Amino acid sequence: MDTLNLLMEGFASALTPINLLFAFLGVLLGTAVGVLPGIGPAMAIALLLPATYGMQTDAALIMFAGIYYGGMYGGSTTSILLNTPGESATVITAIEGHKMAKAGRAAQALATAAIGSFIAGTIGTALLVAFAPIVADFAVSMGAPSYMAIMLLALITVTAVLGSSKIRGFASLGLGLAIGLVGMDPVSGQNRLVFGFAPLADGLDIVVVAVAIFAIGEALWIAAHLRRTPVKTIPVGTPWMGRQDWKRSWKPWLRGTAYGFPFGALPAGGAEVPTFLSYVTEKKLSKHPEEFGHGAIEGVAGPEAANNASAAGTLTPMLTLGLPTNATAAVMLAFLVQKGIQPGPFLFDNEPDLLWTMIASLFIGNALLLLINLPLAPMWAKLLKIPRPYLYSGILFFATLGAFAVNLQATDLVLLLVIGALGFAMRRFGLPVLPLILGVIIGPRAEKQLRQTLQLSSGEVSGLFGEPLAVAIYVIIALVLLFPLILKLVRRLRGGSAPALVAPATGPLDGPGTLDAAAESDTAQEQDPDRAAHTVPQPAPQDEHRRKDQP
Amino acid sequence: MSIVVGYIPSPAGEAALDRAVLEARRAGCTLVVVNSSRGDAPVDDRLIDARQFNELEARLAGEDIDFWIERFPQGGDAAAEVLRVAEARRAELIVIGLRKRSAVGKFLMGSTAQRIILQATCPVLSLKAPDHL
Repeated sequence: MDTLNLLMEGFASALTPINLLFAFLGVLLGTAVGVLPGIGPAMAIALLLPATYGMQTDAALIMFAGIYYGGMYGGSTTSILLNTPGESATVITAIEGHKMAKAGRAAQALATAAIGSFIAGTIGTALLVAFAPIVADFAVSMGAPSYMAIMLLALITVTAVLGSSKIRGFASLGLGLAIGLVGMDPVSGQNRLVFGFAPLADGLDIVVVAVAIFAIGEALWIAAHLRRTPVKTIPVGTPWMGRQDWKRSWKPWLRGTAYGFPFGALPAGGAEVPTFLSYVTEKKLSKHPEEFGHGAIEGVAGPEAANNASAAGTLTPMLTLGLPTNATAAVMLAFLVQKGIQPGPFLFDNEPDLLWTMIASLFIGNALLLLINLPLAPMWAKLLKIPRPYLYSGILFFATLGAFAVNLQATDLVLLLVIGALGFAMRRFGLPVLPLILGVIIGPRAEKQLRQTLQLSSGEVSGLFGEPLAVAIYVIIALVLLFPLILKLVRRLRGGSAPALVAPATGPLDGPGTLDAAAESDTAQEQDPDRAAHTVPQPAPQDEHRRKDQP
Repeated sequence: MSIVVGYIPSPAGEAALDRAVLEARRAGCTLVVVNSSRGDAPVDDRLIDARQFNELEARLAGEDIDFWIERFPQGGDAAAEVLRVAEARRAELIVIGLRKRSAVGKFLMGSTAQRIILQATCPVLSLKAPDHL
């Protein structure tokens, strides 16, 4: 009952006019960035980080949560109407959703996506309320060795499981850890990677790094591929659903939620794997399998519920352990660090008001999103008529302004451009950016735990294995790293019967090992979760450049 | 010699096309239809897609004139494309449709029609959609 009381207090604080205003602002912005391909919630939050310096922490966090949830709603609108997913999490929605729209059922597709998102988001947030305090209580009892092991697990899984290439993933992680090391050693006070350059001694500002990687790098990358043949929207009225649609949607919604939440909570889970699994499941269970590929409503309802539930799931490890499992959570965590709030197991004890206000605002934001998305979906699609040069020059401008405003130092601008160029180059050469940002954020904290452990054990390495939980996690890490190798070996022994091995992964999953197999079977959808715009399938060419001469 | 018409699928664009067909028939010369988009927004309803291209083609084929359709999915701005085609085709007349634009909109975006009128080396015929007359 304690939890409920805290939640009610959270509602009381989230329902104050000013917090409501920020929740509304957040969901509006979130829907907008969700609709626009190439701009995701991570970029939007990174851009807003400098602007939130003068803001109340709770108001800013409420706005960010709104942006995060809103991005999931907005992405589905463009997936359905244009076949251009605004987010990587809504790629699967486009498969059936766009077919439905072409068959004149755009209104139903939009409705099932919005209502499914609302239901999944609400259930997901309720699960967050139920689980977060339990996980936090458990996490508080963990010692430094276990905590260090968990952070290592998060880093390794994100790096090794996601993305097409492990080498690229680890290269990116290495870059991130190196950036995180810059500055003064917290224990000995020695300068590291400073190169005698005084402004670096304080370390790189995490806001500058986030803005550079997510705003500058991404905007430059997309600006480099700006031109392509425009498409037309499919005209649509107000979204609505008939009785038959409700009947066919509610089960996929619930199943999608069941997939989404645990995957969101797992390191390296993200929203892409559960949306894919949900799609496959619905296809298998559907009473109308013949409709799949021609616009089956189940194929929209399930994945849309899954991606919103995963957004709620992602917040569980972020709030309880201080572990972000995707880029958006990573940037939100960067915000907390910047505000001087120590993320980790003690967050629920130290900042209960802040957290419960935010969680309550998630419920409110979800309801607001349903209100602004259900009737207004066709209007949001109009955002796509903005010529992109305006958009990206605007992003570059605000990113630069924001990064300068952080410390009012010209050095920050140089760093911004250098790291932005790094972000661009990483995208150019296919390096995922998520391991980098996790390295920057988790790296220094993992180091702190490592040093603490080693100090306690007076330099003995065995101190790292001092807790049973730590040992168990190291075993899991070893499994995650070795599983693909074992899989390959078994495959070779069996003479290449790979599908048989991957098939069990479509069932309900919990261990990281099975997760690995799922990700493996899903590389087509899964190449790089950070780069929504350029990994999404391009729409089929609607037109070829033809000329015709009259004989 | 030819007549160039700037075409977008809108009432003003249709009006311009109708008039251009008349003029081409009267002068007995080729009608060149120009449709272009800068291709910098993900969605652009002014660009004709394959279906609209075919409808346009079928419609013009029914008229008793020579015609040519120029379509630039990733072209320059509309005024530049119309002027370039007019130059290359030695146009004797350019036909364009006008739409109502607010003063602010005009200040921000400029006016395609204005640029065509000011920079064209041949006469320009501009007209509004019937319901705006």
